[in-house]
Amino acid sequence: MAATVTGSKLEKILKSGHQAVTSECGPPRSSDPAHIKEKGELIKDHVDSINVTDNQTSVTRLCSLAACIHLKGMGLDPVLQMVVRDRNRIALQSDILGAASFGINNILCLSGDHQSFGDSPQASNVFDLDSMQLVQTVRYMRDEGKFLSGDEIKAPPDMFVGAAANPFGDPFKIRVPRLAKKVASGAEFIQTQCIYNLDKFEKWMEGVRARGLHEEVYILAGITPLRSVGMARYLQKNVPGMDVPDELIERMKGVDKKKQSDEGINIAIESIQRLKEVEGVAGFHVMAIEWEEKVPEIVERSGLYPRPQID
Amino acid sequence: MIVGEQKPFEEIWEMVKGHKQLTVFGCNTCVAVCHQGGNKEAGIIAAQLRMRATQDDVDIEIIDSGIERQCEHEFFEKTEELVKKSEAILSLACGIGVQFMAEKYEIPIYPGLNTTFLGDVPETGLYTEKCQACGDCVLGVTGGVCPVSRCAKRLFNGPCGGSTTGKCEISKETECAWQLVVDRLEALGRLDTYEKIMPLKDWSKDRSGGPRSFKLEDF
Repeated sequence: MAATVTGSKLEKILKSGHQAVTSECGPPRSSDPAHIKEKGELIKDHVDSINVTDNQTSVTRLCSLAACIHLKGMGLDPVLQMVVRDRNRIALQSDILGAASFGINNILCLSGDHQSFGDSPQASNVFDLDSMQLVQTVRYMRDEGKFLSGDEIKAPPDMFVGAAANPFGDPFKIRVPRLAKKVASGAEFIQTQCIYNLDKFEKWMEGVRARGLHEEVYILAGITPLRSVGMARYLQKNVPGMDVPDELIERMKGVDKKKQSDEGINIAIESIQRLKEVEGVAGFHVMAIEWEEKVPEIVERSGLYPRPQID
Repeated sequence: MIVGEQKPFEEIWEMVKGHKQLTVFGCNTCVAVCHQGGNKEAGIIAAQLRMRATQDDVDIEIIDSGIERQCEHEFFEKTEELVKKSEAILSLACGIGVQFMAEKYEIPIYPGLNTTFLGDVPETGLYTEKCQACGDCVLGVTGGVCPVSRCAKRLFNGPCGGSTTGKCEISKETECAWQLVVDRLEALGRLDTYEKIMPLKDWSKDRSGGPRSFKLEDF
C-alpha cells in the first residue's frame, strides 16, 4: 500500500488498492440541515466518501462547507467541493483552513458553472484563480505549510486534493493533456463528468494510460443513472459538455414509461461493470441527482458492496 | 477601441427633461465608429429629444454639437462658449469623456451611452470584445487570444468542461476562447506549450488594485 499523507478515508481506500466508491449530496435551499443528514444516512454504508456540491448550477444553497461539517459529525468522510466562481484567493484559503479545522480531509477543486445558469445571473463572478491554480494552492498550503503570500501556516490543512475531468468536453485532443496539467498541478484524485459514451471514455483512458497518468492519479469514473428518456434528451441537448449517445436514448425510449427509471439503473450498473475492467479506473463517483435512495442498489448490483473497512 | 451603446431613449429623457436648456455633445472618435455617440448621432438624439419635448409640452431648448475627443483638454477650445451657455450636457462619449467633462465643468453632465467594452470591428456593424485592460497581457502565450476578456470564466488554464463544438457553455452564439487558443497554438506549431501551467494572475494590475494611471516623466 502506498503511504497515505492525509487523514482522508478516500485516500486510504484508494491507496490500499480498492476501487473506491464516492457519491454526492446537493445541499438544500434552506437552513435546515435535516435534508443533508438524511441523504448522508441513505448512502453512508454503500460509499466511502461523499461529495458535497458547492452551489451547483449556480443556484444559491446551504454552503458546501457547513453541509460537510454535518456529514463529518455523522462520522462520514465528506469531500468539500469548492468552486472558484464565488471566492477570491483570500476566501478560498480561509475556507480551506475552516474546513480542515473540522477535520474535513478531501477537497475537489472546480471552476463552477457560470452564474448565468443559476438563480443570480446578475451576480459578479470572481475567478481570481482557476481550478488548476486552486489545486496548486491547496497542495502548497498542505505540503509547504504556507499561504500563497508565503506566510507560514502553523497547522497546515490536511487534505487529499482532487479535481474534475470531462473527457467529453471539446476539443477532445487536449482532454488528456488537460488531465496531465491537473496532475502536474498536484491533483491526487479525479472525478469525471457523467459517462454515457463509454467508447469515447475508453478512448480517453487509452490516451491517459499512454502517458502513464493513471499511475499518477486515481481516476474515479462518473456515473449518473438516467431517470427517463426525457432526462436523457435534456442532457444530450441542453447540458454543455455532456455526451449522451443516440443509442442510449433509443434504449430508454424502447422501454415502457413506468420502467424507464429501472432501465436507467440497469444502464448505470452495466456501465460500472464494463468500466471496472478498464485499466486505470480507480473507482466510481455515483451521482444520483436527487435520487440518492438508488445509490445502495446501484453499488450492490455492480458488485461494489460491501465496502472495505479501513481504519 | 472603446465601444458603447446608446441608452434607452426613455432613460435619457428622464435624466434631462427637467432642464430648460440642454446641449447634446457627440464624441467623434471611438463611439462614432460604432455609430452610437458621434456628432451625427448627437444630431439625431437632439432631434428625438426635441420631438419628445414638443409631444409632452416641455419647455427645453436643445442644441447639438460635438468634438473630436471628449477626453483631452485641447479639443474643447472651440466649444468653450457653447458649454458656458449650457445648463446641462448630454454626453455621447464613453464613460471617460463623461467624467472628463464632469471634472471640467460645474454643470450636470449626463451619459447618453452605456460604455460596453474594448473591442474590434470584425465586420461592418459588428463589434466584439477583445480586451479588459487587465494590465498584464498574456497574449504572447495564448496564441493571441485573450482568456481574460473572451473566456466567460476568464480561465488561464482552460477550456472548462463546458466547451462544446467550439462554443462556450453560456451560449451557443459565444465562441469558446480556449478552443480558439488551442486551434491557434496548433496552427503555430506550438501546441506543446499548452501544457505549461499558467501561474496565478496578479490582479493588482487590474482594476482590483484601484484606479490606475501612469505619467511620462519627460513631459
